[in-house]
Amino acid sequence: MTASDTHRTIEAVWRIESARLIAGLVRIVRDIGLAEELAQDALVAALEQWPESGVPRNPGAWLMATAKHRAIDLIRRQQRLERKIEELGHELETEQPAPELDAVLEEDDIDDDLLRLVFTACHPVLSTDARVALTLRLLGGLTTKEIARAYLVPEATVAQRIVRAKKTLAEAHVPFEVPRGEELADRLSSVLEVIYLVFNEGYSATAGDDWMRPALCEEALRLGRVLAGLAPEEPEVHGLVGLMEIQASRSRARTGPTGEPVLLLDQDRGRWDYVLIGRGLAALERAERITRAHGSAPGPYTLQAAIAACHARARTPEETNWAGIAALYEQLAGVTPSPVVELNRAVALAMAYGPATGLALADRLADEPALKAYHLLPGVRGDLLAKLGRFEEAREEFERAASLTRNGRERTLLLRRAEACARGEAS
Amino acid sequence: MRFMMLVKASEESEAGVLPSAELVAEMGAYNEQLAKAGVLLALDGLHPSSKGVRIKFDGEKRTVTDGPFTETKELLAGFWVIQVKSKEEAIEWASRAPFDGGTELEVRQVFEASDFPADILPPEQAAREDAIRAGLEANAAKQ
Repeated sequence: MTASDTHRTIEAVWRIESARLIAGLVRIVRDIGLAEELAQDALVAALEQWPESGVPRNPGAWLMATAKHRAIDLIRRQQRLERKIEELGHELETEQPAPELDAVLEEDDIDDDLLRLVFTACHPVLSTDARVALTLRLLGGLTTKEIARAYLVPEATVAQRIVRAKKTLAEAHVPFEVPRGEELADRLSSVLEVIYLVFNEGYSATAGDDWMRPALCEEALRLGRVLAGLAPEEPEVHGLVGLMEIQASRSRARTGPTGEPVLLLDQDRGRWDYVLIGRGLAALERAERITRAHGSAPGPYTLQAAIAACHARARTPEETNWAGIAALYEQLAGVTPSPVVELNRAVALAMAYGPATGLALADRLADEPALKAYHLLPGVRGDLLAKLGRFEEAREEFERAASLTRNGRERTLLLRRAEACARGEAS
Repeated sequence: MRFMMLVKASEESEAGVLPSAELVAEMGAYNEQLAKAGVLLALDGLHPSSKGVRIKFDGEKRTVTDGPFTETKELLAGFWVIQVKSKEEAIEWASRAPFDGGTELEVRQVFEASDFPADILPPEQAAREDAIRAGLEANAAKQ
């Protein structure tokens, strides 16, 4: 094995082991910044030694042992220093007693450590940007450069976000723990939000983009699956995983050869990824089973996954269970009320019960301030009006939608439909 | 990136000899590691080739041949599908599998849409521009 082969292997080992390594070290040193430094030191030691000595049989254990030795040295030095200071007659106020080293090293509950690390990296005391950067860095093992490329921001910005985030956590004395009781639900939703944000950042990028952005989808999926393993009793974790797996199952079908978007109902279902669909449906089933066992109502991610599942189960667009989707949107509106959810419900109602039913709901949204500049509202109304043969009103709506959209391709299509309506044709 | 880790068949696997309880336990622990790391997509073991068939295509003709097949080293005994960031990461995971005694694992990358040039992947959908349905299923555009 050449030195560069070894370097690539070390990089791979780092991807696999870094989160566990950092999580284990935070428990010992109680400081995320310091834990990451110690882990990086161990990585440097590996880069120095492995090309000579070969990659050890159990590289993860090697890295952990090396980092722990450094942590112990550091703590001992600190304790000696503290004793010295005491001998000199100063009063020392320590906020936290030094951890019982041996006891800490005896325990080996890596899963709990990882879960604590997830909750700490997604702590609400941090801005959303900081949560995302810190999660990708600590849990995903991504470099600052990779995160910067994915988010199309300068590397220095990401580096600064991470440094500040670690400082904020230290200053706020954020405990390294998994919250309990009521706090758990709040904090968990922050964790899920971060993972879904990462997923969408990658998912909204088109196929031709820089590889790092689609890679974000895979990273979010991986983090979601890890979280599902760490918190298997939380239904919304499985709901989110199910939603992401089913959405990701369509990536191959959702862009055409020139990178243009292909809409769900026009997608070639043969190109969907049935491994991911199977995983997504299984995750959804788990979410629903746990929800039922708790006797609670399904959460927003589970409901969205259930909607995605209705599409995934239909072999052709015509087989789509639109009545089921409309009912799920109604439930979703109950959990997270939003005009966009209502608009989607209007579409599902139209598909299930005819354009007039859908239009009745869409009309009620006309004065919704949040939808004033949203081209999809007139787009939907135009389509439903055209289906009802009210071409003149439909034309006006399509023209309005065209003036509101920022997407050139979409504008062309909307104007084409407006012209069709002017000729008295539905499309 | 997606990789398939293919386990080559051995005389034992072809003879239908089941693995020892010890190996099964080690394999369970290994699978759990893959799952906990969030990289495992699918896995399965395969029955011996004596239970399999091969289908040969020639024009309209289909010829079905019953197993077993010769050349053990060309046969498979099982597979994993994993999703990782690099080939090296796939190799690192593959190296951790609890095998011994000359067993061979083959690691192969799985084709993804971006691996196909546009002339092989026909623009079958491009013509269907009834895209106002974007407006219809607002959420569908994202799904």
